[in-house]
Amino acid sequence: MKSFLRDVAIVASATFETPSEPSRNEVEMLLPVIHDALGQVGLSQGEIGFTVSGSSDYLQGYTFAFVGALDAVGAWPPIRESHLEMDGAFALAEAVAYLQEGHVDTALVYAFARPSRGDLDRTLSVQLDPYTVAPLWPDARGLAGLQAQAMRDSGRYGDVPDVTPTYVGDGVTAVILATGDRARELTKTPVWIRGIDHRIEAQMLGLRDLGSSASTKLAGEGAGATNIDEAYLHVLYPHQELLVKDALGLDRQPVNTAAGPMMVGGLERLATAAKSIAGTGKRAVATATSGACMQQNLVAVLEGAAA
Amino acid sequence: MSETAEAPGPVTIVETPIHLDYKFTPGVAQSRFLRALERGEITGQRCPKCQKVYVPPRGACSMCGVATDEEVKLSGKGTITTFCVTQIPSPGLVPPYVTAWIRLDGSDITSMFLIQECDPAEVRLGMRVEAVWVEESELVPDLGNIKYFRPIDEPDAEYETYKDYV
Ligand SMILES: [Zn+2]
Repeated sequence: MKSFLRDVAIVASATFETPSEPSRNEVEMLLPVIHDALGQVGLSQGEIGFTVSGSSDYLQGYTFAFVGALDAVGAWPPIRESHLEMDGAFALAEAVAYLQEGHVDTALVYAFARPSRGDLDRTLSVQLDPYTVAPLWPDARGLAGLQAQAMRDSGRYGDVPDVTPTYVGDGVTAVILATGDRARELTKTPVWIRGIDHRIEAQMLGLRDLGSSASTKLAGEGAGATNIDEAYLHVLYPHQELLVKDALGLDRQPVNTAAGPMMVGGLERLATAAKSIAGTGKRAVATATSGACMQQNLVAVLEGAAA
Repeated sequence: MSETAEAPGPVTIVETPIHLDYKFTPGVAQSRFLRALERGEITGQRCPKCQKVYVPPRGACSMCGVATDEEVKLSGKGTITTFCVTQIPSPGLVPPYVTAWIRLDGSDITSMFLIQECDPAEVRLGMRVEAVWVEESELVPDLGNIKYFRPIDEPDAEYETYKDYV
């Protein structure tokens, strides 16, 4: 794997998660979490070089909802900003790429979602082909069932666990990134991103081999996911843990899995991995998934510099 | 001999209806605003950093990125900072009708309302106006409680006081 032009580290993160947030809207959930993350390294929003977020307007129920979320960062004077209609982990990958350019040294990445306001299983159907698949309203859990069955049919996994209900949770995660010396200035325990890559598969489920995750495998190779001490995997249903472990060749390492709120869970995995290995000298892999039956997958390799 | 003339053209319409249900909740800040409207009051929230008062409050100052917790009660009077006379019909509105951005006294952001009880030709920048509410028995947590704004018998505001909002 190629090395970075500039080393990038996770220097702070904060997260909030609840099964169902009754009263606060997305901005009100984000504000304290972003301020918490900034506060950990003594930064103000004005000192952030690049801001990028991941969320889905379909979960919020109105178009361009992500623009309203900017209230939580204060986009004045105007800031450098970007948004992905994806899990926040993919936004973090964009931030890492942006930081390579060398114009700025810090980035704020955040993700937010409040899927408890709608019918998540049904909402996720609209990411499918709008002419021939989405009108059938295949729900996310049902599609995950097809994936689990394809794994059983392949005979490669032994016992494949049953599909659980799609996790519905509300939450936000914020991560602060910094480059090289700036990261070392901000914290004694930067967690370096040694590799990050993400791959997407075809949209048509019938074209894909649902019994394996080719995109996770390639992203893992791209990120250099070898010599791993611990794994933090974003899996939405229990059988997906087997797919990701198989794709990344994980066998003996401790594995920590979570689904997390849709669009937030992947970024939360990266943040949790960073917190866990900060100051330990350990190397962790963290993954994020988006799309029907894990259509898109991201793999990041993190290294917690020994304190 | 051309076969293309007989080939069916591209399909131009496919109907794939989408229906998704949401339980929308306005958030803590806007809930406070809507509850105030239910009492027949307009409230804003002040930014602790830049001191700007937002109406309707969104819970955060979009300039500073901080929570706006301090509640500010407003009088319901304001100044027209810009307006538009519409000559074409709109549901429930008979043309010509006037829509205006109004800077409510004590607030630092303009809000859009209808202007009625006056000749559209009379409407001008700086004109002083007040909110006209539905009957007390009809108050609900909804901005629709304010039917429209109407002129009040006060001298026009000085341009300097609203020039940043035009
Ligand atoms: Zn402010």
